[in-house]
Amino acid sequence: MSASRGRNVEDLNLRNLTKKFGDVAAVDDLTLTVPAGSFFALLGASGCGKTTTLRMVAGLEEPTSGTIAIGDQDITRLRAFQRPVNTVFQSYALFPHLDIFENVAFGLRRRKVKNVDQKVNAMLELVELGPMARRKPSQLSGGQQQRVAVARALINEPDVLLLDEPLGALDLKLRRQMQIELKRIQMEVGTTFVHVTHDQEEAMTMADTVAVMNKGRIEQMGHPADIYELPQTVFVANFLGQSNLFAGSRTGQSGEVIMVDSHGMKFSVLASRNSAMSDEIIIGIRPEKIVVRDLVDQDAVPAGHNALEGRVTDVSYTGVSTQYVVETLWGQDVTVFEQNVIVGDRCDVGDPVILHWSPEHTFGLAGGETLLHKTAQVLAAGV
Amino acid sequence: MRWIRQRLLGVIAVLVLVYLFIPIAVVAVLSFNKPDGKYNISWNQFSIDAWTNLCGVPGVCGSFMVSIRIGVITTIVATILGTMIAFALVRYRFRGRSTTNLLIFLPMTTPEVVMGASLLALFLNLRFPLGETTIIIAHIMFTISFIVVTVKARLQGMDPRLEEAARDLYAGPRATFRYVTFPLVAPGIAGAALLGFSLSFDDFIISFFNAGTVVTFPIYIWGAAQRGIPVQVNALATMVFLAAMVIVLTTQVVSYRRRKALQLPPQALEAALPRS
Amino acid sequence: MVALLPSTGAKAQVSPQKRSRTGYFLLLPGMTWLAIFFAIPFVTLFLTSLQAPVAGESGQYVPAFQVSNYPDALMEYWPQFLKSFIYAGIATALALLIAYPLAYFIAFKAGRWRALMLVLVIAPSFASFLLRTYAWKTILADEGFITSFFNALHLLPDDRILNTSIAVIAGLTYNFLPFMILPLYAALEKVDPRLIEASNDLYASAFTTFRKVTWPLSLPGVVAGTLLTFIPATGDYINAELLGSTQDRMIGNIIQTNFIEFRDYPTASALSFVLMAVILVLVFTYIRRAGTEDLV
Repeated sequence: MSASRGRNVEDLNLRNLTKKFGDVAAVDDLTLTVPAGSFFALLGASGCGKTTTLRMVAGLEEPTSGTIAIGDQDITRLRAFQRPVNTVFQSYALFPHLDIFENVAFGLRRRKVKNVDQKVNAMLELVELGPMARRKPSQLSGGQQQRVAVARALINEPDVLLLDEPLGALDLKLRRQMQIELKRIQMEVGTTFVHVTHDQEEAMTMADTVAVMNKGRIEQMGHPADIYELPQTVFVANFLGQSNLFAGSRTGQSGEVIMVDSHGMKFSVLASRNSAMSDEIIIGIRPEKIVVRDLVDQDAVPAGHNALEGRVTDVSYTGVSTQYVVETLWGQDVTVFEQNVIVGDRCDVGDPVILHWSPEHTFGLAGGETLLHKTAQVLAAGV
Repeated sequence: MRWIRQRLLGVIAVLVLVYLFIPIAVVAVLSFNKPDGKYNISWNQFSIDAWTNLCGVPGVCGSFMVSIRIGVITTIVATILGTMIAFALVRYRFRGRSTTNLLIFLPMTTPEVVMGASLLALFLNLRFPLGETTIIIAHIMFTISFIVVTVKARLQGMDPRLEEAARDLYAGPRATFRYVTFPLVAPGIAGAALLGFSLSFDDFIISFFNAGTVVTFPIYIWGAAQRGIPVQVNALATMVFLAAMVIVLTTQVVSYRRRKALQLPPQALEAALPRS
Repeated sequence: MVALLPSTGAKAQVSPQKRSRTGYFLLLPGMTWLAIFFAIPFVTLFLTSLQAPVAGESGQYVPAFQVSNYPDALMEYWPQFLKSFIYAGIATALALLIAYPLAYFIAFKAGRWRALMLVLVIAPSFASFLLRTYAWKTILADEGFITSFFNALHLLPDDRILNTSIAVIAGLTYNFLPFMILPLYAALEKVDPRLIEASNDLYASAFTTFRKVTWPLSLPGVVAGTLLTFIPATGDYINAELLGSTQDRMIGNIIQTNFIEFRDYPTASALSFVLMAVILVLVFTYIRRAGTEDLV
């Protein structure tokens, strides 16, 4: 494929990047390295600063302070049209007066590159839009427009391709299809993709590295599975998937296991899975890691597991799984996802139950009851 | 009941449109009249004399050409000045924004008689000779605002991301303007120019104040109204109206065709594609 | 504050505005033109309105500070002033009544005919204003269909329409109707039709829906359309001249004849100035509601 490239790609480095609008810092002292050739997702709720970060990298917004570099080359002061960076815009921004071919050729023509026809045709092949070359953007479906936008940016062989909520305008089915498509293109060309999204599932599906952003800062960064399995802040635990969180305090430690008391209940968490520095610890567990059983079966709880009594207040069957809401003795709701592999009775509303899970799945976070409430409010308002 | 009400609204809407065109129909019909007496206000006898001999009455075609000339010069100058202002308003921040807005808005709401009178007062005080120049000055003055409003609307309707995309794709400020901004705003500018020309061509009141001895087409009609308007005037006005309608409807049809082409179901397009 | 940040997609739509000298450069020629030929003439108009006549020479005036020109002019011509506002007021009300159903239809019901209908609203302006007004002479002629119809119903006080105030008001209503339709349409078009559906869904009758939802939401258009119709109608004198009798003369006729025929510049200027002052009061009342940004 002619679009793949011999030249070495280099890391994208952001150092102490800050952008203020008036007194508000949209991006606050952000330092970040995007490894060359990676598919990097910047994930966060709207207004968290992710789009501003992207626009600064694109050169469409000027940083208040800090630097942007590709490898060793500082591009902070370069204008947008001077940067080896291209963008797939939200809702695509295809030029409505130019046909697909000319849209894709636009960047090449501005740079007076030779063999425009050949390159454009090859690129349209890559995104499977060859027969559409002479159509106007408005004659294409959403998914096709999306691929044109990708082709138009990629043909310039940028060091970094920026994608601003690229799938936001597509319906769910098409979005899935395009996620796979984008991943295929990225593998084929090997360019660094920086992808901004508020859709956690999209970020996890496509990216090899996810950075969760909140209030202009990066809360946590890493491989999607690592972040999901071991969130390090209350925000991440709630924003990336769901979590059940119980505020408590540390009562002791035996070997690798830290003991935590929450609402009079004893919980264990591995020291290696605890990110709280003080004695105030929030205990967390993902809903699908919890096993729910009738209270009469409480003897069957494996030794060493964390266990919790409660009463079922809601059961919803979703096909793949059954979701329970269980009210604890102190009145907190716990969500449980149970895979529908059990033959026989499910628990019903009103049933007294026992919940249990392994300390290997438990995680500890810094913070207390007030942080839980605040985060819940922010998430309810923001997403 | 609901059915009747919906139809009723449609009927009223069509009647109002018909009402708007009744006088034009009268003008057109009377262009085929052979008036009985000097006033061409009631039907007498069919004739195509006026159409075959458009310049048959002295002064008609002369004044018509004067109006065309004034209209063209006015349109060119006012479109340039107005477009520049529209760009400044949409794309730049500057001091005195509300004063600027006001100075653009007021000419559209000031009665023509006041504008005509005040401009005449200026020219009289400066002892500036009245003529075609003063008419053109006046016409540019009152058309600029309409041009600004029309072009501004087009500019505001443009997705700013298109220009960002151009910049992202290695177009500097000039190339961005030339290849993206201008082609996208051009239809708006053309529409504004058409509006400007029709305002200038049809203006009577302000021209009358500042014309001196120059006779534009509307001034000719005004003068002729006292002693009877020649049938040729009806024919020329009908011609202008038809020409304008042809221009406007052609652009409408073209853009409708374009939109129609888009109404192909997307699935049909997807199906035309080889999928992996 | 957060809502203003351009960090989220939808809000990034706001045009990026640059502050640079180019902005002033773009404004300069056009705004200078407007300043010299629109704003400054009002100063000369004001100065002219205070001039005093030169004894014995008609049409000659000297700079003075003759404030009495104003009360003199108003004493003499207040009936025409009053008549102008009454005629324009009635014409505006009629135009609103006629324009609203059409604007509503175009905004909500016209479907694919919408663009064509808008063109048809503007199209009459392409035919000569004077000739269209003159055509009403034919339509409203004494032996014509319309006059006969109303006469048969004994609705006409003078047994005729032409050369009465009715003809003048009819002409004004007709001529400025597009200025009422377009702002109304612009306002109605912005109304989400789902709001009307929601109102119907919430047990409001069609009339209540109109009164409580559609009408309030279209008010900006009503206000703009009323201004754009009322102001030019007040200053117009073509309709009065062509369709009315000498008793139907409006303030525009007075200004025109005083300025051009009698060469009584101070009186004509004073009248223009008073007319402009009234209109400025209207405009500024409107701006207080809407702000200057929506004007242009």
